[in-house]
Amino acid sequence: MESEKRSIGREALAELISQWRSAGKRVLAPKRSGDKVDFAWVASLEEISLDHVQTVQSPKAALFPRVEELFSFRSADGRVEVRERDLGALPETVVFGLRPCDAAAFTALKAIFNWDSPDSLFSARLARTTLVAVACSSADEYCFCTSVGGGPGAIAGSDILLTDLGDGDFLAEIVSEKGRLMLQGAEALFRPGAGREKERCLARVEKAFDLEKVDPGLARRFDDDAFWAGQSLRCLGCGACAYVCPTCACFDIQDEGGITGKRLRCWDSCGFGLFTLHTSGHNPRPLQSQRWRQRLMHKFSYMPERQGVLGCVGCGRCSRACPVDMNILEHIRAIAEARP
Amino acid sequence: MPDFEPKIVAFVCNWCTYAGADLTGTSRMKYSPQVAIIRFPCTGRIDFMLLLKAFASGADGIIVSGCHPNDCHYSSGNFHARRRWIVFRGLLDFLGIDVRRVQFSWVSAAEGAKWAQLVNETAEHIRGLGPFTGYQRLRGLGVE
Amino acid sequence: MSALQEKARELLASAAVQVVIGYGRGSGGAARAVFIREATKAGDLVFDGTCLQNLAVYLMKPEVRKLGKAALVVRPATLRTILQLAAENQIAENSLLALVPSAEEIVLLATFAAIEAHVAALDSDLSTAEKAELQRFTALGLDERRRFWEEQFSRCLKCYACRAACPLCYCTRCTVECNQPQWIPVPAHDLGNLEWNVMRAMHLAGRCVNCGDCSRACPVGIPLYLLNQKLVSDVFTGFNSRSGISARSDNALSTFKPNDPEDFIR
Repeated sequence: MESEKRSIGREALAELISQWRSAGKRVLAPKRSGDKVDFAWVASLEEISLDHVQTVQSPKAALFPRVEELFSFRSADGRVEVRERDLGALPETVVFGLRPCDAAAFTALKAIFNWDSPDSLFSARLARTTLVAVACSSADEYCFCTSVGGGPGAIAGSDILLTDLGDGDFLAEIVSEKGRLMLQGAEALFRPGAGREKERCLARVEKAFDLEKVDPGLARRFDDDAFWAGQSLRCLGCGACAYVCPTCACFDIQDEGGITGKRLRCWDSCGFGLFTLHTSGHNPRPLQSQRWRQRLMHKFSYMPERQGVLGCVGCGRCSRACPVDMNILEHIRAIAEARP
Repeated sequence: MPDFEPKIVAFVCNWCTYAGADLTGTSRMKYSPQVAIIRFPCTGRIDFMLLLKAFASGADGIIVSGCHPNDCHYSSGNFHARRRWIVFRGLLDFLGIDVRRVQFSWVSAAEGAKWAQLVNETAEHIRGLGPFTGYQRLRGLGVE
Repeated sequence: MSALQEKARELLASAAVQVVIGYGRGSGGAARAVFIREATKAGDLVFDGTCLQNLAVYLMKPEVRKLGKAALVVRPATLRTILQLAAENQIAENSLLALVPSAEEIVLLATFAAIEAHVAALDSDLSTAEKAELQRFTALGLDERRRFWEEQFSRCLKCYACRAACPLCYCTRCTVECNQPQWIPVPAHDLGNLEWNVMRAMHLAGRCVNCGDCSRACPVGIPLYLLNQKLVSDVFTGFNSRSGISARSDNALSTFKPNDPEDFIR
């Protein structure tokens, strides 16, 4: 992938963000609060954290919000009136400061939501969203992007990728047409960036496992109940891993409000015991070990098979958020390294 | 707010307060029409969450009332309810939810006049506090 | 081999228990729960200041119960959880052993009476710092408190990590999952989040032993402990009652005294 290179200073970057705001765009960016950094709607660069490794949550809420209205309905005089969302009224959004792994995750989300029939609400949000990622200058032991096809400076998925060059300048790689559109009217804030190298400014993330060996490993292990039970005995069955995950896309549909109300889409998780419970009372995944297996199978086997895209980008959020230290890297590595 | 007519929901027990409110009517005593009475078998059945549901549905004030201590039809439902109210009031206040909007009371089947007075005074009190917009505005927040 | 490892090895080797639930080394130097089932693996056990999880949560998991009789490495709050679970008829006498690690020797508590005696010697009150924080928060204005919680709850994901981490949230079907009718809204919008968090706190009133695992589990860092401690404090002040100090006592909200305070009732 060929990208166009520019550079931009910190002050010019602050100006760029306030220009977006003045143009009516919402800006979702990492913000520090106490000892946690998480995505929040921000007004200026000052509010944005750039020195963290990773946010608690992913930026997926920009396209797949925690709770969103699909349509509203009204019942009057024996007739039901459905009001569709005005897709044209959705706000223009810039996601700023997401990591290259997060940008790659949007590719996975797109593959899920537009798999068989395109999801109009998701696609409308996507059309109005620009991803301005910031490359990683640090990583921690939970990061494994390089094992799943990404990298701390990978441009795939981003519209613009910024890299802090450490001398007050950011290298700006304009990756997509959407990224190029972001330059319109802001050309003066950028300088030429040809010849500026980002490699020395990037975090080092060692390859932790051989991806080729994961899918066959999973297939071999599928029926090994003791193996899955061993991995997941301490798992408590909450939804923290799925909710912070940038690619987890399971949702629930809920109607609220009686005969006049709204149909809402909200996050759900395959880790919950009732996720697969049938009306009959039968539950095809009654054990937590089966639900843990499902999580790994879905990301590393089912998604590549069905959507042709890996369901994990190695951001490490699930491992960091897990209250009982279910470390996905450790578990995937065990699967990849298992002897046939 | 001269035009404001508060919505008040009253959660009452079947055996004492509901009968008391009935007595108010059969005694032809007038009282504030802002109250909507919901009858329960016992104050012990009045889940704390019902109060929050009432606020979420637009109530500006709430009355919870049942048998006086030692008069419970089921002997101890009101005693259990009282403990729950003590804890719940404290929690609401801690969360910044104005407990002045919830009036707890004991009204027996013989206290028709007390019921009328309770409703009238509560309505007046809630009228003074104004609509509970602080809670009602939560509806719809957090939906994209 | 540490005294704890030695004791675990002995218990497993003699088949006194089938599993030792304790702490092992996890990611980044943190501790994680481990389930030791072979005497030769007892060396995996550790115990230090990083071992915070209330392991009693696993006593209620069907998968763990299936492993057989357990010895549980406990912290003070874990012992109180065991007593509370016993008082609620959730665990049977002689179904587990409690291992209390200390610098000198490992104390082994085999009966509820022994756990009660051990807990009686501990201070089960809120700490001075906890009381001071509660006081500071209560001193804020009503609107300030409301704004604080609205902001906190607006971040709640409804991932239910707080519920999953809590050993006393053991219902196989939680009220939030009852949907005929829907009692607590499923979506994590502001009203649904408030109702969920109020319900979680209220259902633990008079039961919570203040282990703090709900707060530690929360991925977005909502200080749930404040709600629990407020209720612990009110239950003690109002009813002179403490959870988790007896295997037999009633929960504060399942009982009453004829002279409970009622100055707020007309």
